Amino acid sequence: MAEFRMPSLGADMEFGTLHEWYVQPGDRVQRGQVIAQVETEKGVIEVEVWEEGVVTQLLAEPGTELPVGAVLAILQTADEPEPIAAPEKTAVSTLTEPHPMDQKPLVAKANGRTHPRPKISPAARKRAQELGVDLSKLTGKVIGLTDVEQAAAQKAAPATPHITPVARKMAEKLGVDWQQLTGTGNHGAICKEDIEQAAQPEPTPEPTAKPAPQPDPADFQTGMRRAIARAMARANADIPHYYLETRINMAPALAWLEGENLKRPLKDRLLTAVLLIKAVARALGEVPALNGYWRDDEHQPQEAIHIGFAIALRQGGLIAPAIHHADLKSLDELMAALRDLIMRTRNGRLRGSEMTDATITLTNLGDLGVEKVFGVIYPPQVALVGFGKISDQVWVENGMIGVRPVLTATLAADHRATDGRIGGKFLDLLKKYLEEPAWMGDA
Amino acid sequence: MTTATAMNKTEIRGVLLEALAMIAPEADFARLTPDANVRETLDIDSFDFLNFLIEVDKILGVETPEADYGKLNSLDEMVAYFGVRAGGL
Repeated sequence: MAEFRMPSLGADMEFGTLHEWYVQPGDRVQRGQVIAQVETEKGVIEVEVWEEGVVTQLLAEPGTELPVGAVLAILQTADEPEPIAAPEKTAVSTLTEPHPMDQKPLVAKANGRTHPRPKISPAARKRAQELGVDLSKLTGKVIGLTDVEQAAAQKAAPATPHITPVARKMAEKLGVDWQQLTGTGNHGAICKEDIEQAAQPEPTPEPTAKPAPQPDPADFQTGMRRAIARAMARANADIPHYYLETRINMAPALAWLEGENLKRPLKDRLLTAVLLIKAVARALGEVPALNGYWRDDEHQPQEAIHIGFAIALRQGGLIAPAIHHADLKSLDELMAALRDLIMRTRNGRLRGSEMTDATITLTNLGDLGVEKVFGVIYPPQVALVGFGKISDQVWVENGMIGVRPVLTATLAADHRATDGRIGGKFLDLLKKYLEEPAWMGDA
Repeated sequence: MTTATAMNKTEIRGVLLEALAMIAPEADFARLTPDANVRETLDIDSFDFLNFLIEVDKILGVETPEADYGKLNSLDEMVAYFGVRAGGL
């Protein structure tokens, strides 16, 4: 038996409100599957389960506010006997990362039950994302494009759209024919909002059907500010920051990017931010001390590189959700991940793991006019990389004075975890990778 | 209007404003004078700007190369730029 608890979706979270269940008792769940929506001060987050098994009991009612750690549901895990004839639900593909977010320190994990990690080609990974194929379900040493397409074909059997239990109830109450709807929830599941929307044009709404609980923007702002305040006050009180900066000649990288984008249709163009993420990920691979956490009076570098990318919300506030395994992603995959993440951050469809997994934060204020950023580290992380605006500046090269597009990169790092020498090494590498971008073509 | 005739300026302006409203629904369009810098006035970052160009391309069929981004500062500049390229050959 396993308990599914109210997760801590960040250093700043104390309470969460269960918003909606995506499962009901009897449903089989997989590691990494989104099973609930939880509302936090930073918005509505889709929460994953990290055990495999069958849901036996839902303990929390939607709408209840609960502290972090409160038990929300009970699962029967895989190694226990099956409960009596749990009906096989319409298969919902869980589009998880191929290797869900290992939060383990730098120790190779030997798990007898799992297969050795298959090699997945970037093209296959991309296609899998497009087709919604769960890569962790595929077997074989090497997974290629055809494996993914085969899996997708098998999956494409006629299926009724998936609907959350709350949404189904609501649909029945409001007389909405949900089979006709396209879901906007996780993996296209039909959720409460979809039913509400479908029900809206009804001329005479049922008196019992309360209007959608629109979050008050002022409340959201207050909550968001409070969450940021808690995390940042803690960072400033606990973390002895040190700061380093370096100037980077971006002429080669921008020329490389322009050439690359000329070959691409508009919709596949890469943003400069993608090169920055790629270069940060590569440099971190060589200076792993900056990638990880300071927890329990201990420096815990992480093997997986999950870059938290700070995204400003139009209505105010800031979220830095994680781009998982940024070092293993190609530029196209990073662009797709970034696009997806920005859209979901703005629409309030982030997943729990994205809120908590970041091993470092990258903040790119380049779209504003500022030249450099002195960041505040998001605990329990131990570093933050900041980029300012690329602007034409005087540059000396080989004894010649010229003008170059220059980017100032800064590093804010936790002095408990690392010293300036480590931080300096990281910025040196970052500078090198951006000033000599030829490697990006193979990345 | 047919595809053979070039759109007039008013129509292009309409298309541009619609695309802008789509990517920046909360922005304050009252402040957007014809010669104001669009990205600064509406707080449009490079991600949104790329999405804006994708939207414009869908309607006008103009794939703006990156090298031309500098010609698209104000609404007037955009209307002139897309006016030449949209519709006609």
